Amino acid sequence: MKNTIKQVFHSGKFVVGFVIFITILLTCIIYPLFVKDDPLAMLGQGNFFKPGTYVSQEEVALEKSYTLKLPREFSKLEMVLDMDTRSQIQQFLIKYAEIPEADIDVTNAEGLVQLWKANYDPDVKYSGMTSAKRKSFRRLNNEIIAAQRDTGVIIAEEGEDGLEKSKTIKDTDFVNTKDVQTRTFILGTDNFGRDVLTELVAATKSSLKIGLIAGLVATAIGLVLGLLAGYMGGIVDNLITFVTNLFTVIPSFVILILISYSVGDKARGIMVVAVIIGITSWPWTTRSVRSQVISLRNRDHVNLSKLSGHSMFRIIFTDILPYIASYVVMAMILQISSGILAEAQLSMIGLGPATTTTATLGLMMQWAMTYSAHLNGSWWAYFPVVVIIALISFSLNLMNTGLDQVFNPQLRD
Amino acid sequence: MAQDQNSKQNLTEKKPCLSGRGVTKVFGIGKQAMTAVDHVDFDFNEGEIISIVGESGSGKTTLSKMLLGLISVTEGTIEYQGKPRDISSAAKKKEYWKNIQPIFQDPFSSYNIFYKIDAVLDDCLRMRGKGNASEEEKIALKTEACSFVNLKYAELTNKYPFELSGGQMQRLMIARIFLLKPKILMADEPTSMIDACSRATILDMLLKLRDEINMTVIFITHDIGLAYYISDKVYIMEHGKFVESGTAEECIIHPKSPYTKRLISDVPKIYEKWDLDTVVNE
Amino acid sequence: MGKPMLEVKHLKTKYVTRFHEDVYAVDDVSLVVEEGKSLGIAGESGCGKSTLALSLMGYYFAPLHYISGDIIVDGKNISGMNPDDVRKTVLGSDVAYIPQAAMNALNPTQKIIRFIEDVFQAHGIKMTKKEIYDMARERFAELGLPEEVLQKHAVELSGGMKQRTVIAISTILSPKVLIADEPSSALDVTSQKMVIRMMRQLMEKGYIKSMIFITHELPLLYNVTDDIMVMYAGQIVEWGTAKEMVFDPIHPYAKGLMGSIIVPEEGMKTHALTALKGTPPNLKNPPKGCRFADRCPYAVPTCQALAPEPKEFEEHRMYRCLMSVRKLREVYENGTRPEFETEFD
Repeated sequence: MKNTIKQVFHSGKFVVGFVIFITILLTCIIYPLFVKDDPLAMLGQGNFFKPGTYVSQEEVALEKSYTLKLPREFSKLEMVLDMDTRSQIQQFLIKYAEIPEADIDVTNAEGLVQLWKANYDPDVKYSGMTSAKRKSFRRLNNEIIAAQRDTGVIIAEEGEDGLEKSKTIKDTDFVNTKDVQTRTFILGTDNFGRDVLTELVAATKSSLKIGLIAGLVATAIGLVLGLLAGYMGGIVDNLITFVTNLFTVIPSFVILILISYSVGDKARGIMVVAVIIGITSWPWTTRSVRSQVISLRNRDHVNLSKLSGHSMFRIIFTDILPYIASYVVMAMILQISSGILAEAQLSMIGLGPATTTTATLGLMMQWAMTYSAHLNGSWWAYFPVVVIIALISFSLNLMNTGLDQVFNPQLRD
Repeated sequence: MAQDQNSKQNLTEKKPCLSGRGVTKVFGIGKQAMTAVDHVDFDFNEGEIISIVGESGSGKTTLSKMLLGLISVTEGTIEYQGKPRDISSAAKKKEYWKNIQPIFQDPFSSYNIFYKIDAVLDDCLRMRGKGNASEEEKIALKTEACSFVNLKYAELTNKYPFELSGGQMQRLMIARIFLLKPKILMADEPTSMIDACSRATILDMLLKLRDEINMTVIFITHDIGLAYYISDKVYIMEHGKFVESGTAEECIIHPKSPYTKRLISDVPKIYEKWDLDTVVNE
Repeated sequence: MGKPMLEVKHLKTKYVTRFHEDVYAVDDVSLVVEEGKSLGIAGESGCGKSTLALSLMGYYFAPLHYISGDIIVDGKNISGMNPDDVRKTVLGSDVAYIPQAAMNALNPTQKIIRFIEDVFQAHGIKMTKKEIYDMARERFAELGLPEEVLQKHAVELSGGMKQRTVIAISTILSPKVLIADEPSSALDVTSQKMVIRMMRQLMEKGYIKSMIFITHELPLLYNVTDDIMVMYAGQIVEWGTAKEMVFDPIHPYAKGLMGSIIVPEEGMKTHALTALKGTPPNLKNPPKGCRFADRCPYAVPTCQALAPEPKEFEEHRMYRCLMSVRKLREVYENGTRPEFETEFD
């Protein structure tokens, strides 16, 4: 036994698969200890925030704001009025307002703008001006007006006579990020503004749960039927083989869809979906267990046990089951992996667990697809999910191959 | 020594222990039917070593499984101690199996590798109805059985079967037989998988079982030399039929059937010249 | 004394288990096979005789590793050669090897003649298909194999016929040494006889210059080979002609082995068989002294500590024991073990 475990961990493939799988599993367990948020809480309003750090608008509004004292040359007006613009204004004032050149101080932006406002009227059609020039003056006027405006947001609260203005946040107001809470979405948010990373961890956990339950159910059914068919032979074998073949011939995914549909939306929780997946994927296990048992049935130690007068169940449990245990474990690993994939497939077509309390990997994919994440380039909504599914499946299959190398004498080197 | 025993037994009237009339086994049905054992008659006397010699595919293992009651008999009757054998129910089978026990060809597959050797011996005690005996009595019985086959019980108790060599495993199988003391021992090629040096030990133990507890040993082999060395009676089997039977001397030193003659001429010799040139075509 | 076809000097090889443990299965083996002679190697399973067969080819691949020693085939030293070169220039043309399950080596989708064409192709011999066919037909006829076999697939042949076909194919280039590792053990006695007869024909007609025959079946060895060598725990314990070895073995192990021979001949029934107790030593860490000391019925305490060197006697015979031949014979006669350690000679 000890030797076998040593051998298993000597297999490079198994170790790599094991490390990947355990990392995923531990993340699912440890992450929620640090991030206590509800994975389905809608933190952001609106679709698909890119990965990055975000500040809440609401908090900012309620927070005390500071007016930033900036040097004059950084004021908005100074920025709008570059030297070129100033000389244009000067020329305009000289030509149309007939102000002597000496009265115009180009360096004083405030004064220049006052003169401009007093003399320029956007509705007047100044003669001797090209229409392009006219348009450009109109644009300039708008820019100046915009640069002079400093009111950003007015916050009102409900008072006795309707809404009352309680606070004005000027354009020039800033908040200190230390005073307000910021949030970093490492993987952005999904369409409902939920943190993809937290959701992904929760989804992985529930998908693993589904895979495990589905794998256990499928293996249990397959094992019992395979053992009975293989050991008893005769009519029992024929019957079980017939049913197994029947299930093999009908695509199990179709049965899966039909059962999922007929169970109904309300009843489809995680457990139900897992069990449904389990009871549609046993034929494969049955077939392989059966063939293993048939080859064991004629082994001398089984005959000897029979001749010692042991009952069928005792022979199955003590003389056959231990020999195929490693094989069954390998089959179960594959069943877990295919259970996770089956859940993803089911959820993609909208027949997965109908739940608003937990996410699964399949549901995340479905949401991403429904809200066109793939069309608007929001890769973070589906790509990490795909990677996790691939990694789980890859690690489980790798572990299986590693185990196979240890337990299957034909592959031993 | 073996011949002494022979002549002694010739004086007393020998009782048939296991006999068969028209025993047939057909595998498959219709066009695929294959007759493995074809209407064989035999009388295996009590306290004798009977060899069934045949090449691979001659049906000797099928016959042994029928005699053990592991597979059904298609046609014919098997009589145990003069009465037709009845193994129609599980309880009757259990009763029959108290009288006949096997040693198989491959010692490595005869043990459940997940259980210690002690479990094998304890199981035998349970079968003999000594399951509730005191610990001392159990150990005494197990030690006796192990010493019968020159093994030390104290060294074996905590070992797993795969820690033993092939020869030791096969000897332990004989210890099991010694504990069970069935009337008939079905030894199916017990020495073909073990080394020549350990082979002699096994053969001597089979002779000892016959001499000391008057056990009937049915020895199935493909090795005609072994059959000659160990047996009182020899049955030569070809394609599911017995082509010749008689004492070891009659069958092997003075064979009558052409098949036996060919079989013997094909075996390498030491004291006589082995004639390589007369080869009967395949 | 004929020209030595295969000469092996102090060959030592090991194989590595899955737990990276070294098993020294061939330890200091020296042997010579002369032209026209055959040598039999006998021993229990696990004594290293199959590993020796593989080592003698000079074609090493994991888990088998070469450590030291020389293998000289007809004057050419092939030890330490690159495995690929060995395969191209030595195997088939100088040394041919037939394992027990050789008959399973035939690809069932190909006709037998294709394998023969392959052999010529792999060794870079330029011959037309017609020439190859004619040569194969001739060789098959000489060896008593029907010509139709050439045009058949492996599945159409019986086990014995397949084995004989494989032997004929692997010796088609007339190798200098044929190494046969239990070539007839998986067959029934009649096919075994045919295989043996064919091997004798190969020797007699000079298609192979010398032969090494490995088996655990001593009566067979006695009838097939000129010399017999007994191996125990990776070492040669005794060497002599077949007759001497079977009827007058000197080493206690060889004595035990020969005493376990059973043949269907008159007198066998009263013949006392010898049985050896115990099991061979673990070759992962072989005992310091004589490797047979634990099982030897005549062992004295010194045997556990002192490893015997091979000793020659009676011209060409060799054995590996601390006791002298005279003393051993005396011991066998009296059936007692020597009482004092000093009584080795």
